[in-house]
Amino acid sequence: MSQQATSHDKKPIKPERRRFLQSSAGLLIGVYLPVFANQKSGAAAVMQTPSEAGATLSPNAFVRIAEDNTVTILSKHIEFGQGPFTGLATLAAEEMGADWSQMRAAHAPANVEHYKNLAFGVQGTGGSTAIANSYHQMRRAGATARAMLVSAAATRWKVPDTEITVNNGIISHKNSGKQASFGELAASAAELPAPNNEPALKKPSEFKLIGTDLPKLDTTEKTLGQAQFTLDIYQENMLTAVVAHPPAFGGIVNSFDDSAARKIPGVVDIKKIPQGIVVYAKNTYAAIKGRDALKINWDTSQAETRSSKTLFKLHRDAAQKPGANATSNGDTDKALQDAAKTLELEYSFPYLAHAPMETLDAVILAHNDSDKIEAWLGSQLQTVDQGAIAQVFNTKPENVIIHTQLAGGSFGRRAQPDSGFAVEAALATKAVSRGTPVKLIWTREDDIKGGRYRPMVFHKLRGGIDNKGNIIGWQQTIVTQSIVAGSPFEGMIQNGIDPTSVEGASDLPYTIPNLDVSLHSMQTKVPVLWWRSVGHTHTAYTVETFIDMLLELADKNPVEGRLELLKKHPRESHVLRTAARMAKNAGPTPQDRARGIAVHKSFGSFVAQIAEISNENGFPKVHRVWCAVDCGIAVNPNVIKAQMEGGIGYGLGAILFDEITLGENGTVIQSNFDTYRSLRINEMPDIEVEIIKSDIDPTGVGEPGTPPIGPAVANAWRRLTGQKITHLPFISSVQQMETA
Amino acid sequence: MAVTLTINGESKTVNAEDDTPLLWVLRDELNLTGTKYGCGIAQCGACTVHVNNLPRRSCVTPIKSIEGMQITTIEGLDGPVAEAVQAAWQKIDVPQCGFCQTGQVMSAVGLLNSIRKPDDADIDNGMTGNICRCATYVRIRNAIHDAAGILEKQK
Repeated sequence: MSQQATSHDKKPIKPERRRFLQSSAGLLIGVYLPVFANQKSGAAAVMQTPSEAGATLSPNAFVRIAEDNTVTILSKHIEFGQGPFTGLATLAAEEMGADWSQMRAAHAPANVEHYKNLAFGVQGTGGSTAIANSYHQMRRAGATARAMLVSAAATRWKVPDTEITVNNGIISHKNSGKQASFGELAASAAELPAPNNEPALKKPSEFKLIGTDLPKLDTTEKTLGQAQFTLDIYQENMLTAVVAHPPAFGGIVNSFDDSAARKIPGVVDIKKIPQGIVVYAKNTYAAIKGRDALKINWDTSQAETRSSKTLFKLHRDAAQKPGANATSNGDTDKALQDAAKTLELEYSFPYLAHAPMETLDAVILAHNDSDKIEAWLGSQLQTVDQGAIAQVFNTKPENVIIHTQLAGGSFGRRAQPDSGFAVEAALATKAVSRGTPVKLIWTREDDIKGGRYRPMVFHKLRGGIDNKGNIIGWQQTIVTQSIVAGSPFEGMIQNGIDPTSVEGASDLPYTIPNLDVSLHSMQTKVPVLWWRSVGHTHTAYTVETFIDMLLELADKNPVEGRLELLKKHPRESHVLRTAARMAKNAGPTPQDRARGIAVHKSFGSFVAQIAEISNENGFPKVHRVWCAVDCGIAVNPNVIKAQMEGGIGYGLGAILFDEITLGENGTVIQSNFDTYRSLRINEMPDIEVEIIKSDIDPTGVGEPGTPPIGPAVANAWRRLTGQKITHLPFISSVQQMETA
Repeated sequence: MAVTLTINGESKTVNAEDDTPLLWVLRDELNLTGTKYGCGIAQCGACTVHVNNLPRRSCVTPIKSIEGMQITTIEGLDGPVAEAVQAAWQKIDVPQCGFCQTGQVMSAVGLLNSIRKPDDADIDNGMTGNICRCATYVRIRNAIHDAAGILEKQK
C-alpha cells in the first residue's frame, strides 16, 4: 500500500477505563478483546490476550496493565515480520517508564473507531505506516497510563504527583522511600478519575528505550515453534477446505463431476461457490486429494485469455506515446531535440507473486445459536475484511469478530481492497451448515497461480545531456494497470493518475530543467495488488539505472554526479554519501568485481545501497551490499537493520529470478517454488547497514529497503559486463542475450 | 489404515492413509503444529523434521515409509546442539514473520549434528533447501556460526 502517514491524530486519547470496567464480561470478551481459539498450553506469552493477561487497568484502547505486572499493548497493526509488536510496545513502554521484560503485545480487535490507521481511515496495515502513524498515538497511550499510575501512587502515599518518579517499571517516591510496581497499583489506578490534561511526552533526548536494540517480543515463540498462525488453528468439528480455481482469471464453473472426489477417504462434502469448487474434508491431505480428483468443465469465455506476450506488446505499443501527465516541467521535447547526446531505453517488468511463506488461510465459524461470525485470519485490512464477511452472511459488521492472527509474511498480499480471500473463505463457510468451523487453505499452487500480482509494467525513457554534460531533458512514459481502480481506494486516483503507478518517478528528486512523466493505465482481468514497495518496485529501477547511464554518458561519477543534482534534497544526499563512505572504507573493489549504486526515497524514508558483484558464468553474484537508511528517529535499530536486510533479499530474488507469465489461454505457467524461484541463503549477500542519526519523527522501514537493490545490482552489472538489463528478471534477459 | 509412528520418543498410532505425508499427520492428527506447510513439494523446507536424526522434508514423506523410525519435530527437539541453535536464534533475533523458522532451526541442528564447525560453504550446502521469504539469511548464517561457537566452548 502506498499511502503515507501525513497527519497525526492530535486529539488526546480519552481514557476508556470506565467503559471497560462497566462492561459486562460478555462485552469484554465478545467485542473488545480478542480471544484466540485453541490457544495451546505452551503458547506464547506474547500472544496472551488481554483477558488472559487479566487486565486490571485499561487506561485507553492500547494499553492493558495486569496485577501480575505485565503490560500488554494492543497492536492495531498486524505482525507479519516487520516488527510492529516490538516497535509499538517500545513507544508505549518509553512513556510509561516500563521495564522491557514486563511488556507484551497482542493484536487489537477490529474496531475502526479505536484502531483505524491514521493514514487510511480504516483499520489496516501497509505503506510502511505502522511506526509512523503510531509514534504519537502509542506514546500518548503510554503517557496516559503512567499518569494514572502516578496519581494512584500519590493518593496511596499522600504525596504530590510531582514528587513521584517512574523508572524501569518501578514507581517511587524518593523522600519517603516508597516503591510500587505497575501491577500493585493497577487496581487503585482503575478507581481514579481519568486525567484531564494530555500528559506531556518525553523529548527525544530523554528516551531510554527508543533508539536501543530491545529484543523482539515474538522471537522466542517463533524460535521454539510455539507461535500460533492461522494454519495452526484447529477447532472441534472443523472442516478443512481447498478450492479448485479456474485456469484463467475470470473463468467460471460450467459443470463438474465430483463422483471420484467424494470417494476419497476423509472427503466430507463438495460445493460450488462463485470462486470455484470447494472440497471439504476431515484433514488437509484428503481435501487436496479430493480436489485433484475433481473433473471440472470451465467456462473461460469471459476470462483473461491473453498471454503475457500479447499483453506485453500492448503495453509496449501504448508506451510509444505520452500518457496522462503526472509531472511536467519546462519543454522536454525541445530539450531532447537540442541535446548534444541522447539516450532512449525501454524497460519491462513482469507480473510478480508475493509468495509469503504462509499461504492464504482463514478459519471462519458462523455460530448456529446467534448471528455471530468469528473469523481467524492474518487480516491486513480488518475493517474491509469485517465488512466483506458481514456482507456474505447478510449481517452487520459488528456481528463479525475478526481475530487477527500472526501471519507468515505478506509483502502486500494480505491487504486486498476487495477482501477477495476473506470473501472466498466466508462463502466456503456459508455453504456448509452453521456451527461448523471451516479452515480454508490455499496451497502454494493456489498462491502462485492466484493473481493479485505486482502488475506488468512497461517504461519508456528518453534523456538528453548538453555539451557541458548537464542533464537537460527527461521524458518517462509508464504503462501499467492501476492497483486501486475499482477498489475502495479508488479515490486516490486524481486527474487520471493512480499515484501508486508513478510514485518514485513523478517525484523525481534530481533537478532536471525539462521533465515529463506520464502514465497509461491499462486494463486487464489479471487481478493486481501492491507488492512490497508498490510503484517503487519499478520506478526506482528505471530512474536509478537511467540516471546512472546518463551520468556515464556525461563522463560523471555516479555518486558526485547524483549529488550535484540533489542539492535540494539533503536527506537523499546524506544517505548517498554515507553508503559511498561505507563502501570506500571497506577497501578498493576487488578485481573481477564491480560496484553499483542507487538511492531512493519511498514511504518517507531514504535509502542508498551499493552492491558489489561478480560475474559467475554469465550471471551476477552479489557479494556485499552497503546500505544507508534515514527513517527519522530509529525506534529499534536492530529491527530497522533486519528490515533493510530482508527488503534487500526480497527485492534481489525478484529482480534476478522472478516472473509470473501467462501462457496461451491466459493460464499461469509457474506453480510453486520450483518454477517461481525464491532467493536462497547461498545467494544472499553480506549486508552492512548504517542508520542516519535523526530527531525527525520516524517513518517506515518495511518497504524502503527493497527498491534500491535492483538498480544497484543492474548498475554494477553494466559496469562489469556492458550489458544493460532493462527487461526483468535478469535471468530472462541474460538468457536472451546469450542466444542473441 | 492404522500406522504406528515414533514421534518425539512416543509411539503414536494414527488412522490415516499410508501415503499421507507425515506433515499432515503431525499437524492434523497429532496437533504438532510447529512443523509448517510451505510448498508441499520439498522445495522450501518449512516442514523439516528429523528422521533418525537426519533432516527430512515431511511434506513428501509418506507415513508408511517411516514406520519404526525415530521422528523428531521442533516440539521434541532437545540436547546441546538444539539449545545452542535456539539460544543463538534468540540472541541474534533471527525471525521476522517466523513461519519458516522452525524448519530453519531443524535444518541448522541437522547441519551442526554432522559438521560441528561449519564454514560459510557448509552453511550454504546445509541450508539452501530452506527458503525464507523474509530473507533472514544473514542472521541465519550468523546464528549458526554463533551456535557453533557456543558448542565449542562447551567442550
